[in-house]
Amino acid sequence: MIASVLDTVGDITPLLDRQRYVALTVAATIVVVVCELVRRRKLREEYSWVWVATAVVVAALALEGDVLTYLSAFVGSSSPVWTLFFGTMLFVLALTLQFSVRLSRLTHRHRTLGQRLALLEAELQRLREREEAQRSADRRAANRAAPDREHDVVA
Amino acid sequence: MRGIREPTAVPPTTILIIPAFNEAERVGAVVQAVRAQGLGLDVVVVDDGSTDKTASVARAAGATVISHPYNLGYGCALHTGYCHAWRAGYQRLLQMDADGQHDPTMLVRLVEALDRGSDVALGSRYVAGGAPPNSAAKRIATRLFAAIASRWTGMRITDPTSGFQGLSRRALECVVNDGFPEDYPDTDVLVEHHRAGLKLTEVPVRMHARAGGLSMHRGARIAYYGYKMLLTLMLLPVRRPTPLRARDTVARCS
Repeated sequence: MIASVLDTVGDITPLLDRQRYVALTVAATIVVVVCELVRRRKLREEYSWVWVATAVVVAALALEGDVLTYLSAFVGSSSPVWTLFFGTMLFVLALTLQFSVRLSRLTHRHRTLGQRLALLEAELQRLREREEAQRSADRRAANRAAPDREHDVVA
Repeated sequence: MRGIREPTAVPPTTILIIPAFNEAERVGAVVQAVRAQGLGLDVVVVDDGSTDKTASVARAAGATVISHPYNLGYGCALHTGYCHAWRAGYQRLLQMDADGQHDPTMLVRLVEALDRGSDVALGSRYVAGGAPPNSAAKRIATRLFAAIASRWTGMRITDPTSGFQGLSRRALECVVNDGFPEDYPDTDVLVEHHRAGLKLTEVPVRMHARAGGLSMHRGARIAYYGYKMLLTLMLLPVRRPTPLRARDTVARCS
C-alpha cells in the first residue's frame, strides 16, 4: 500500500506557483473576513474557529507542497489542486453538518421555551382570575358587614 | 381574610384538547358544540401561534386557551395540551381537531372506550365503512401506514392518522415525554404506545368533510410525511427517548 503510494508520487506535478498564490489568497481572505465578522460581533468566536482552521490547513498545504503530493497519491488523485479543493469541500461539509446538528438542538430548545411560556401564561391567567374572584367575594362580604362598622366609626 | 385560598376540591377528571391554528371561523362552533354535549369536559384550545382571532373566539365560546408565542406545529400543540393536562392531574384526555371534521357527539364513544379499560381510544372513520380520502397520494399513504401500524401493534388499525383520540392517565404519562414528534404524530406514536404496553382500541366514529380552510396533509408535504414516518418508525427501537438529558422539561411545573 505505502509502496504503491510512493511509486505514484513521482508522477504528480507539484502545485504551480500561480496555484499556490491563489490558494494562499483564498486562505488569507477567509481569515480576514472571519476576523472582521468577529470584530463586528456578527460571528461568535465558537463558530469562527472551524473557518480559521480550514484556512490554516489550506495555507499549510499550499506552502508545504510535499505533503499535498503525498496526500494526492494517497487518495489517488493526479492533481494536487483537486486534492486541495476536495479537502476544503470536506471541511465545509463537516461544517454544514455541524450547523444542522446545532440547528436541531436550537429548534428543540426554542420549541420547549415556547411551550413553557404558553403554559406559564395560561397558569398566570388562571391565578389572576382566581384572585379577582376572591377579591370581589371579599368586597361583597365587606359590604354586607359595612353598615355596622361605618356606624361604629361615625359614632 | 385576604389572600389566595385553595379552590374547592373538585377532582379534575376529563380534559378535551383542541389544537388550533388559524381556525377562527370554525373553532367557536366546535367549542360550543362540545359544550352542548354536557359531558362536563374542561375544554382547552391550544392556539398554535395563530395570526387570526382563534384565541379570542375560543375564549368567547367558553374554552380555556393556551397560546403558543409562535407557530410550533400540530404535534407540538398537542404536546403542550398533554403537558397542561399532566400538570393539572387530569385522569383522562380527549383530543379533537378544531376544523369541524370530528363530530362532538362521538366524544362519548371515546370516553366509553376509556371506561372499558383502554389506554388509547383511536377514533376511526373507516371502521364503520366511511369513505376513503379523495386524493390518490393520501389513499396510498393511509393504506401503507395502516398496514404498518396494524403489523407493529398486532391489532387491526384502519385510521392511523386520526387526531380524534382519547388517552388514559397512563397513556398521558408516555406522551408528555419531550421526544413527542412535533409534526404528524400518528403511526409512530401508536407503535410507541404499543411498545409501552398500553391497550389500544379503535372506535368507529363519524367524521365530516372539512368546513373550509387548508388541510395539513397536502401537496409535497405528503412526500415529506412518508419519508419522516418511515425514518421514525425504522429508528423507533434504537432511538433515545428525548433529545435533552433532563426528561419532561415541559411536563414538569418547576
